[in-house]
Amino acid sequence: MSLKSRDLTGIKELEPGDIELVLDTAAGFKDVLGRDIKKVPALRGRTVVNLFYEPSTRTRTSFELAAKRLSTDVINFSVSTSSVVKGETLRDTAMNIQALGADFIIVRHSCAGTAHFLAKNLNASVINAGDGTNEHPTQALLDLFTIKEVKGDISGLNVAIIGDILHSRVAKSNIYALKKLGARVRLIGPPTLIPAYMKELGVELYTDMNDGLKDVDIIMMLRIQMERQGKGFFPSTDEYFRNWGLTSERISRAKKDVIVMHPGPMNRGVEISSDVADGKMSVILDQVTNGLAVRMAVLYLLSGVKA
Amino acid sequence: MKLLIKNGHVIDPSQGIDETADILIEDGKIKEIVSRKEPAGGIKENESAMKTRERGIIDAGGLIVMPGLVDMHVHLREPGFEYKETIKTGTGAAIRGGITSVCCMPNTNPVNDNSSITQFILKKASMEGLCNVYPVGCITKGQKGRELAEMTLMYEAGCVAFSDDGMPVADSLMMRRALEYSRIFDAPIISHCEDLTLSAEGVMNEGLLSALLGLKGIPAQAEEIMVARDIALAELTGGRLHIAHVSTKGSVELIRAAKKRGVAAISAETCPHYFSITEEAVHGYNTNAKVNPPLRGREDLEAIKKGLADGTIDVIVTDHAPHHMDEKVGEFDLAPPGISGLETSVGLSMKLVDEGVLTLKQLVEKTALNPAAIVGIKKGSIKPGYDADICIIDPEREYRVDAAGFRSKGRNTPFDKWDLKGMPVITICKGMVNELS
Repeated sequence: MSLKSRDLTGIKELEPGDIELVLDTAAGFKDVLGRDIKKVPALRGRTVVNLFYEPSTRTRTSFELAAKRLSTDVINFSVSTSSVVKGETLRDTAMNIQALGADFIIVRHSCAGTAHFLAKNLNASVINAGDGTNEHPTQALLDLFTIKEVKGDISGLNVAIIGDILHSRVAKSNIYALKKLGARVRLIGPPTLIPAYMKELGVELYTDMNDGLKDVDIIMMLRIQMERQGKGFFPSTDEYFRNWGLTSERISRAKKDVIVMHPGPMNRGVEISSDVADGKMSVILDQVTNGLAVRMAVLYLLSGVKA
Repeated sequence: MKLLIKNGHVIDPSQGIDETADILIEDGKIKEIVSRKEPAGGIKENESAMKTRERGIIDAGGLIVMPGLVDMHVHLREPGFEYKETIKTGTGAAIRGGITSVCCMPNTNPVNDNSSITQFILKKASMEGLCNVYPVGCITKGQKGRELAEMTLMYEAGCVAFSDDGMPVADSLMMRRALEYSRIFDAPIISHCEDLTLSAEGVMNEGLLSALLGLKGIPAQAEEIMVARDIALAELTGGRLHIAHVSTKGSVELIRAAKKRGVAAISAETCPHYFSITEEAVHGYNTNAKVNPPLRGREDLEAIKKGLADGTIDVIVTDHAPHHMDEKVGEFDLAPPGISGLETSVGLSMKLVDEGVLTLKQLVEKTALNPAAIVGIKKGSIKPGYDADICIIDPEREYRVDAAGFRSKGRNTPFDKWDLKGMPVITICKGMVNELS
């Protein structure tokens, strides 16, 4: 089995069947990761390049480890953002990396559409590890994997995504993925960070946490980026926490078996209280573990290797 | 030197001509136009006595003969950005597009905010320009919006209009002063209407599609707020206001209402891309569809067409904005906005005639007569005594746009490989008969 496309640019471009295939394949790799010897020879001899134009620890590390678990050779290529404006063009950098014989290029960039651009211009398989405010597909896939692990089925679940939707590629990818698998999605946050046209994505919009959290099965928190403060999106982190911070008191509005997710890194006391982040409904660390299995599945399925 | 254009469908709204006629040109000027409505009509020139075309006779049977187009919104990029376009290549592209006069915007480097730059442009144009060039001067020094530029001196040097184009005058008092001050000479203030604080770092139209693509949006209101403000200031001052590149339904409505109220001197333009394509063209992060103001929605496109049809929008311009390929290949966010438009304008505008949105006469008004009147140049007409600036269009000629073959250095067009109908086949300007292919 393999994916129809050579590249993973976004969830938008995937069929529901593709998503299911990744999740099923990831389950197999999760078993591998539970063994004493966590490495398989599936992609031995292949080369994976992490091309990161934005700083990242967990996504880059997760991809690196996933690639190593599949026995590939991994190179990390970090480019400072200043060189985006000056010096070598994105296309030239990528062509150079390809010339070194890369089979996979995993790219993170502050501009939307970067992965699509590279996919169009390169022979290597391109995996989007986050492009501006567009998508972060592997994050959504690992989130869905985590939900499926706990809830069994995604269809029919009520999912609340909370926070800075406007700037969040994680939110976008999750909205597309959850809708494709039949979940109901609501967005909660300050109106400055959830423009009205978002409704056209087929989601419900809430500004009030207590209303929005009612009867939800899944709570997905988003990181509030500190640099948004002072840009008029909300007056202060204190006021933000007062209105949209996730506390155990607010969680009581949700279903009893609700789970709490966060893509990290968290701002404790800004969008989420510590007792919730560390509480028993939190699956935040499972997300990190599952990310490895999901990224192995993506690399594997894009490689075209027959199962 | 005589030249006779016979049998053409001559359209010149300035004289109320819309019929088969012959045009005689002598020494680069229109000598006479004679109708062929009567069987015995036409110019009885001793044809055999006229030399070769060489014979000096163009048979324009089945072709449209109109005044050369006047494009009052063009970026020639010289001085300063010669790698994008030069006066020579830009005017060559204009000729290929049937355009015989262009007004060039001042956002060069240095910007055209003083008469010596104006003189440089005109000197270069007289040496290398293939069509007529009329510079547009800055409203404010350095396009910074703080102090008025020396408008009178630039006007005397040859500027025909004033605009800070892409850097609109944000300060309402400064815009008021510009509209007031410019009343001492007969030149409009051209306003690129954009509230930069609202459009912020937007790169395309704001809406569902911008959300889907993860691109920052520019709401229609960023344009409309400034259209409303400038109309109000035109009413306050009695200055001549020309609204550049109208892209939204709301702007059309504001301008329509202002004209109905009788705001003395207000005019407006739009570009072929705003009545030909929508934001959908941005799909796939197509940087050639990145333009400012951005491509809008279907409703806006329909409103633009209606505005053209009912006279709310007076002029079709190209906003020809050539860029180097290296600048347009890459990240959508980082690509400069703009479309190389000179060589596709006639074909795209002829679609409006085919669709019944405009009559041919209206098309000539909007592409030649009206812009010439707004910037106050003796163009856009083929009255006897006028320069023989003529565009001959084959309305039936079908062709495929080939950006790689543009005369412009800018190949940045979302219309590459489009099939168009209606092509300029001969452009006559500055005494040259340019046969086009």
